[in-house]
Amino acid sequence: MSDLTHLTIAEAEAGMDKGDFTSVELTKAHLAAMAKHKDLNAYITETPDQALAMAERSDKRRAGKQAGWLEGIPLAIKDLFCTEGVQTTAGSHILEGFKPPYESTVTANLWKQGAVMLGKVNLDEFAMGSSNMTSYYGAVKNPWKRQSDAKDLVPGGSSGGSAAAVAACIAMGATGTDTGGSIRQPAAFCGIVGIKPTYGRCSRFGIVAFASSLDQAGPMARTVKDAAIMLKAMAGHDPKDSTSTPGPTPDFTKAVGQSIKGLRVGVPKEYRPEGLSSEIVAAWDQGLAWLKEAGAEMVEVSLPHTKYALATYYIVAPAEASSNLARYDGVRFGLRVPGQSLDDMYMKTRAQGFGKEVKRRILIGTYVLSAGYYDAYYAKAQKLRTLIASDFKQAFTKADLLLTPTAPTPAFAIGENLDDPITMYLNDVFTIPTSLAGLPGLSLPAGLSADGLPLGLQLIGRPFDEETLFKAAAVMEQAAQFKRWEAR
Amino acid sequence: MSLDKATVQKIAYLARIEVKEEELEPLAKELSGILHWVEQLAEVNTDGVAPMTSVSAEMALPWREDKVTDGGYAEKVLLNGPETSNGFFLVPKVVE
Repeated sequence: MSDLTHLTIAEAEAGMDKGDFTSVELTKAHLAAMAKHKDLNAYITETPDQALAMAERSDKRRAGKQAGWLEGIPLAIKDLFCTEGVQTTAGSHILEGFKPPYESTVTANLWKQGAVMLGKVNLDEFAMGSSNMTSYYGAVKNPWKRQSDAKDLVPGGSSGGSAAAVAACIAMGATGTDTGGSIRQPAAFCGIVGIKPTYGRCSRFGIVAFASSLDQAGPMARTVKDAAIMLKAMAGHDPKDSTSTPGPTPDFTKAVGQSIKGLRVGVPKEYRPEGLSSEIVAAWDQGLAWLKEAGAEMVEVSLPHTKYALATYYIVAPAEASSNLARYDGVRFGLRVPGQSLDDMYMKTRAQGFGKEVKRRILIGTYVLSAGYYDAYYAKAQKLRTLIASDFKQAFTKADLLLTPTAPTPAFAIGENLDDPITMYLNDVFTIPTSLAGLPGLSLPAGLSADGLPLGLQLIGRPFDEETLFKAAAVMEQAAQFKRWEAR
Repeated sequence: MSLDKATVQKIAYLARIEVKEEELEPLAKELSGILHWVEQLAEVNTDGVAPMTSVSAEMALPWREDKVTDGGYAEKVLLNGPETSNGFFLVPKVVE
């Protein structure tokens, strides 16, 4: 039965439909695998009893011919999604013990389609990080290792627990959230597929907020088709999120397997800076060759403001975070550290409750929004954001989608890149512009580095055109024949 | 812009985060480093560029009738409060 965890979501659905196994069996296999891989530290909270109860109910629904799109599929939920009655920490000490009295819309949508919750997975504190090293609940290990040494590697971040769990087959899929690359970069580091849909595609209701104008939920899975199935279930209009898009959600799974003949693939010249690793360049060229073979055309495009995207992001995101995180005051939920006065209680609670990176970003955000500096920093960054978004608009007059690397390097070792915050920020250099423009971005594994680590490529699409991304990604997946972690 | 200790102290107070005296200096250095780096934006001419305030600016924000659609469960709201009593959150005394 151990092989059950190696199935894709689509295969598992077919197997359960045929009656080869039940959701209870599938769920038990995953719970056993989770126990075996505790060392990865992927889960913050495991919910085995709830998982089995959900699986039992799912098997009954299937027997009654009422199966949903994810009927009986065991999933991991990033611990940033509020789950009713189940601890939701956001990777922070300040929310330790917090049990939301309500369910996020995205997870509620998954349960509506029959999915089973295995537990809540680890992340960088408040989703701020690219390594999962800022979690109060400890670093997550990437199941992949370099050939040249036995060092533990980071899974990327912030959705590091999600990526590690899916790669190591201790969940069939996972939810992630992406503010500047938090789905795509860990997907690349762990050799899986992850998509940040268009801003507005998934409801943000019940997701612990980091930077509200950038945050988007998305699926992480082992295949393009699995990601399409999950996104179809997660997305949809929600009156509880005023930025969620009205209108129907397309059936993304129909895009998988379609021809890309005549599709114009844009290659942004600014994404090939001097000094970019030759193996990243090689993977990128390989990806372009696959698309060409399938009948796509290449066009060079220019995104002239690319080099300003990171700095823009590190003004906009901390500014929004400083405002969003003001709610953690020791009064209504989470940690409280006693103080002499109300102010003293706030200050002590926040000093002990937040980790170093979160404090750093709150302080930067407070500064750039403070009287006298707002125009020089925050207003300036918002103008740059306009320029970055219009670069993409221009590029999409010539191209139907863009292909770029997902991250400038493969996974690095736990403990590396911590000396200077800006070094860590550079991980997201290829993903942040897409986030600022609100566009959909999909990362898929394209091959291995010389040292045996997964390398990801990113497809960027027009607003609400995830279907083209799924179409092209499926073609590349077919060509890449990427051997996943469990197949090695 | 380089931040001095007094400015860091002031921002930390605005953000209600207690920072110990010995942490001020290293924090000032770190934050100044980040600010110097983001100040590269100054080299871009943004005259006449409108600030992007929302991704969904092209989408009309939805309107709804101004009426209560949710609520009525004070006990659920108070469930996670570190200190509560009689339907209220408790905080340290603010009025003598």
